[in-house]
Amino acid sequence: MALLELRNVSKIYHTGGEEIRALDDVSLELNNGEFISIIGPSGSGKSTLMHILGCLDLPTKGEVWLDGINISKASQRELARVRNRTIGFVFQSFNLLPKLSVLQNVELPMVYAGIGGSERRERATAALNLVELGHRLKNRPNQLSGGQQQRVAIARALVNDPKIILADEPTGNLDTHTGEVILNLFRQLSIQGRTVILVTHNPEIAAVTPRRVEIRNGKVAERVDERLAGLHRQAAAGMAAGLGVPG
Amino acid sequence: MTFLNAIIVGLKEIAANKFRSALTMLGIILGVSSLVAMFAMTQGLENGLREALVAVGGLQKIRVEAQPVPTEQRHLRDFATGVTLRDVYALQASASEVDVVSPEMRLDSSPVLSANGRTYRTFMTSGVWPVQVELMEHQVEHGRMFTEADDSDARNVCVIGTGIRDELFGRPEDTGNPVIPLGRTMNINGVPFTIIGMFEHYESEMDRKVRLAREAEAAAARAAGPQSGAKRDRGWRGGGRQGNFAFWIKNNTVYLPLNTMWMKMKSGQTNGPAEPRLSNMEIRIRDVEQMDRALTQVRNVLLVNHRGIEDFAFRTQEDWADQIQSSVRNARLSGGLIAGISLFVGGIGIMNIMLASISERIREIGIRKAVGAAGFDIFTQIVVESVTVAVVGGLLGLLCSRLVVWLISQVTPTDNEPVITLGAMAFAFAFSFLVGVLAGLFPAFKAARMSVIQALRYD
Repeated sequence: MALLELRNVSKIYHTGGEEIRALDDVSLELNNGEFISIIGPSGSGKSTLMHILGCLDLPTKGEVWLDGINISKASQRELARVRNRTIGFVFQSFNLLPKLSVLQNVELPMVYAGIGGSERRERATAALNLVELGHRLKNRPNQLSGGQQQRVAIARALVNDPKIILADEPTGNLDTHTGEVILNLFRQLSIQGRTVILVTHNPEIAAVTPRRVEIRNGKVAERVDERLAGLHRQAAAGMAAGLGVPG
Repeated sequence: MTFLNAIIVGLKEIAANKFRSALTMLGIILGVSSLVAMFAMTQGLENGLREALVAVGGLQKIRVEAQPVPTEQRHLRDFATGVTLRDVYALQASASEVDVVSPEMRLDSSPVLSANGRTYRTFMTSGVWPVQVELMEHQVEHGRMFTEADDSDARNVCVIGTGIRDELFGRPEDTGNPVIPLGRTMNINGVPFTIIGMFEHYESEMDRKVRLAREAEAAAARAAGPQSGAKRDRGWRGGGRQGNFAFWIKNNTVYLPLNTMWMKMKSGQTNGPAEPRLSNMEIRIRDVEQMDRALTQVRNVLLVNHRGIEDFAFRTQEDWADQIQSSVRNARLSGGLIAGISLFVGGIGIMNIMLASISERIREIGIRKAVGAAGFDIFTQIVVESVTVAVVGGLLGLLCSRLVVWLISQVTPTDNEPVITLGAMAFAFAFSFLVGVLAGLFPAFKAARMSVIQALRYD
């Protein structure tokens, strides 16, 4: 059985009497341990899909099955619980709380999971060691470099041992080299058996994942652009501009 | 998220915005301290009023006064006996609700007292039984009260209050020495009496302070050496009858034995009936709650003695007590309302600042929700922050209230010392807590309802 399954999911917004189908009858299956990228230009519905995959939002139509549970009818409270236990988020702009230390930031999901103080500290330290930041526990996020901050965010995403890591343009604010380090980290996580979803508009980044789903005009472009399949780095660099198809 | 965590987050938020938090708290601090100060003032007022009520014997004391025969019984007036000792014995024997009965026989006109080369026209001199001391809450400080032996022998002895002493023998404040005229002779309307006892000086708390201050002043003046040249009178200084009227009357007491009063002062002077008539009786009932029952009982006993002629009346302190109750309640209500409004305004300040705070922290709220905070967690966090501000402000306000009360008593010294009660503090603190909760509700609700996606996107 698929870990995460979308069945005919639509998301429809109404703005000024006009109906906007951000997602239109999307069906998608993700299996346990998959490393997948969702690619699409801005305005394609990629973000909306990510929100639904991440249980940040509910679809207007269709069903979302996560781990055998239909969550499309879940309450806000249940969604919060899913976000807390089953999904780890990594954002483009890191989204760390500036007033908290690195350690406290990583502890945050466990605070909402109701885990006690000493266990929190232990697990947060372990997660930070994993991303090689065990020596910066007391620092504030703004005292770290972008790459370090993103690694803190990854530690935070991992700390409740979620099945799914959902990364939204995780390298968008980083230079190429740091970006590669981060992508490597995701690859390792996927090798360890976690489901990792990369959301990006950059085919070069999408190229690192074995499976790619392209979103265009709110629909899954069933067969990814032939040119994308088995894309090599050099080729991608040249094609990036050409892929920016308007939505 | 545990409650403790929420409180810690709240405290951190306060610490992070110190100046802003301090300004917000100031509203609560002022509100709480003015509320406590208000209650302290009314408590002081109540204490002052009750002090006077207790000084005249409290609610349990009822006076039975002789009255003219009522109009519808005028044809029976020759049979009217007036209040006599027979009534006292009858009440002692048959009125179970009555605890103590004390007869009192007054001189009809203001007697002239003379001693020590001075004279003083006082307004009241009473012949009583020794038990009167207990009933009127007198304390004999020097010498002794006359005894039943003094009474039955009709000895010429008397016990006086300090007011009489002040007039005839001088004030201790002025002389610098205690003035205790025991053993001295005092003439009452020309009849010599030996002073065998003197009551303590009765005064309200505030009067006591004024008197002590005067004493210190006078002592300093004496220490400066005898004044040379002509004596200087510094003029009117607020009069000797400072303070509460009830205390002044009490200090002007002159008690003689009842028999002495009758035999030496009255029997030869009146053409009235041979039976000694009392001016009144003081009664103490056993239970204030049973006052109506007691009054009925006393009336029935007296009517039997008086052949059905109602030539007596009761005087209780109920009206006085009710008046105290209502004036204190009014003061408390109006003062509390004003102070409560200021606390409420403080609460609006908190709400304002919480609203500003959540719109500054939209992104933070988004992040917290994304990592698993439920709406309720956010709600709790905001309410706890708001309550924390209010409670810390409330505690500081309680400290400040002492200062405010001190300030008020410095600026406007009243007859009554303000009293901060634990109850007032608890009430003000609880109210500040409530204000904190109410002020937090709306911002917390707003924050909890925020959409995760929009909050995360917010810059």
